[in-house]
Amino acid sequence: MSDGAPLLELDGVSKRFGPVQALDRVDFAVHAGEVIGLVGDNGAGKSTLVKTIAGIHAADAGKIRFDGEEVSIAKPQDATALGIATVYQDLALCDNLDVVANLFLGREEVSPGPGTISRQLDESRMEHQTGELLSNLAVTIPSLRSEVGTLSGGQRQQVAVARSLLGEPKVVLLDEPTAALGVAQTAQVLNLIKRLRERELGVVVISHNLVDVFEVADRIVVLRLGRAAGEFAADATTEEHVVSAITGVGSDGAKEKDEGTKS
Amino acid sequence: MSDAGATTAESSKGEITPRPKETIRRLVQGDLASLRVVIGLALIWAIFQFENDRFLSAQNLTNLMLQITATGLISIGVVYVLLLGEIDLSVGAVSGLAAAVMAVLNVKHGWSPYLAIAAAVAVGMAIGVLQGSLFSRFVVPSFVVTLAGLLAWQGALLQVLGSTGSINLTDPVITGLANTFYSETVGWVFATIVVGLYGAVLFLGHRRRVAAGLDSENLAALGLRFGLVAVVTIVATAVLNSDRGVPLAVMILLAFVVGMEYVVKRTGFGRHVFAVGGNAEAARRAGIPVNRIRVAVFGISGTMAAIGGILAASRLLAVNQNSGGNELLLLAIAGPVIAGTSLFGGRGSVWTALLGALVIGSISNGMDLLALSSAVKFMVTGGVLLLAVIVDAVARQQRQGLGRV
Repeated sequence: MSDGAPLLELDGVSKRFGPVQALDRVDFAVHAGEVIGLVGDNGAGKSTLVKTIAGIHAADAGKIRFDGEEVSIAKPQDATALGIATVYQDLALCDNLDVVANLFLGREEVSPGPGTISRQLDESRMEHQTGELLSNLAVTIPSLRSEVGTLSGGQRQQVAVARSLLGEPKVVLLDEPTAALGVAQTAQVLNLIKRLRERELGVVVISHNLVDVFEVADRIVVLRLGRAAGEFAADATTEEHVVSAITGVGSDGAKEKDEGTKS
Repeated sequence: MSDAGATTAESSKGEITPRPKETIRRLVQGDLASLRVVIGLALIWAIFQFENDRFLSAQNLTNLMLQITATGLISIGVVYVLLLGEIDLSVGAVSGLAAAVMAVLNVKHGWSPYLAIAAAVAVGMAIGVLQGSLFSRFVVPSFVVTLAGLLAWQGALLQVLGSTGSINLTDPVITGLANTFYSETVGWVFATIVVGLYGAVLFLGHRRRVAAGLDSENLAALGLRFGLVAVVTIVATAVLNSDRGVPLAVMILLAFVVGMEYVVKRTGFGRHVFAVGGNAEAARRAGIPVNRIRVAVFGISGTMAAIGGILAASRLLAVNQNSGGNELLLLAIAGPVIAGTSLFGGRGSVWTALLGALVIGSISNGMDLLALSSAVKFMVTGGVLLLAVIVDAVARQQRQGLGRV
C-alpha cells in the first residue's frame, strides 16, 4: 500500500502559537490510494496539522513535499492549486440552496455571453455533472434539487465530500466526517471514503472514533501534545495499542509497532 | 462489517422512496407559499368587492396598479437586501432625495429630463454603494448604517429642496412616466409579446433539460404554468384597456420585476446573493467575494429606491418635503415579507415585491373606498404584516426541525 513515493510528505513540520508548541517536528506522509487515520486527544495537534496542510496556518519550520517536490503552502489557495481539498467539520454548505448549487458554489457553470450579469447559469449542465459524480460515488440523495438543509447529516457530509472532488484534487482532508452521525449514516460516509481510495486519492481522516478509523484507514497516525506519537498499520495493530499511544500510558508497545511499520 | 453494509443498503433504499414526500414539501414551502399569498389577495379583493362594487371596476384596478408602482419598484431593491439577510431602512429617504435631485436639476437648473433622471438614479446608486461599503468594511449592522442614512438623506432632501419646500414638475417626459397610457392595440401587442416570450422560455428550458438527459417537469405542469400566465396577462390587459389603457408605469414595474428576477435566479451573481444570505462563511470559503456582493446589493437597493422615487414624483407631479416619507419605507419592506421573502435571508423572489405591493395596495385602496380612517388603515396593515412575519418565522422553525436530523 505505501509503496512508491508519497503524494504528500511533511518533514519535521513545527507550528507554534505564542507559548504553545502546537506541532513539534511532525513527519507525516500520504500515498495515492491510501487512507490515513489521524487520531489523538483533544489539543494533540490534529486540527493544526490539517490546517497547516490546507494553508490556513503556515508552518514555522519543516518541509512540505507534494509529488516529490518541495512546496510552500502559505494560504488556502496554494493548497487548492496543488490539489489538496479540505472538508471541515462544519461542512460550509448553504442550507437554503439545493444540492447542485452547493456542489458548484463559487464555480458555477455559465453559458457564454457578454457581461457577468447577463450570463445565464447553465443549470442543465451542472445538474447533469452532479448526477454523474454522485452516482459514481454511489451517494443516494432523494433529489438533486432538494435543499441541503433538508438532508440528513450523513447526506450533507457526502455532499460536502463530493463537492471537494469537483476540483479534481489528489489529496482530501476530512475533519471529523463521522462526528454526530448515526450508525447507518456513518456507514454511508465510511463507504464513500473507501470509494475515494479506489479513485487513487490520498485521504486523511481526522477522527475521535477509533472504530471508524479502524474500519477505513490503512495506516493510523497518532499525535500527542504536538508530536507524532506512533504510526500503525491498521490491520496489524489493536485498539489498545492505539489508545495507549494517544494517552501516552504504556507506550512501549506503540513504539515497537511504530518501528515495525516504518522498516 | 457486513452488518454495516446491510444497514447502508437498507437506509439508502429508504431514502430514495420519499420522493413524493419531497415534492409535497417543495410545494408547501415553495410554490404554495406564493399560492397562499394569491389566495389571500383573492380573499381581500372579494371582501372589498362585496363591501363596495366599485373596487373591482377597471378604473379602480388601474388606479390600484398606478398606486403600487413606486412601492413595488422600491421593494425590488428591498428583496435583494432581504435575500442577504440584511435590511435597508434608508430606501424611503433615498427615494425622496433622488426625486428632489431630479426635480431641482430639471426645474431649477434647466437640465434635460433624461439627464436629470440619470443623475437621480446615479445619486441613489452612489448612496447604496456608500452604505454597503460602510456596512461591509466596518462590520456595522446594516440596520444601524441605513438608519443613520434614513436621517441623513431626509436632511439632504430638505437641503436640496431649499426654502421653497416644494417643486412642481411640468416636464412632459418626467410626468409622462406615470401618466402615459397606451392605446388598445399597443396593449394587446405587448400582451402577445409577453405571453410569447414566456412560452418560448418554458419551451427552450424544457428542451435543454431533455437534451441533457435530465428528468423534466411533465408537460401538463408546464402547460398549466403557461396557461396561468397567459390568462393573467390577457385578463389584466383587457381590464386595463377597458379603462385608460395599459399604463407605461405598470410596464416599467413589470420589466424591472422580470429583469431583476432573472438576475437573482438565473445568473451567477444572483446565486452568490442567495449563498451569502444562506451562509456567508460558506460563501467566503467557496471563493465568493462576499463584500463585493454586499456592496452591489446595497447599490441595487439604492438604485431601485431612486427609480421608485422618480415614479412617485411623476405621479404626484411634484416633489415636496414629505416625498419618500410617511409609511412608504415600511410598506416597501412589508410587501415582500408579506408575500413570502424571508427576513432571515436566503429565501424569496423578486415576484414578492409585486405580489406584496398588490396585497398592501389593495388593502389601502379598498379601505380608502370604504372611507375608513387612516387610524384603521395603519392598524390593519400592521396586523397583516405581523401575521406574515409570524408565518415566515414558523416556516423557518419547521425547516430547522426537518433538516439535520
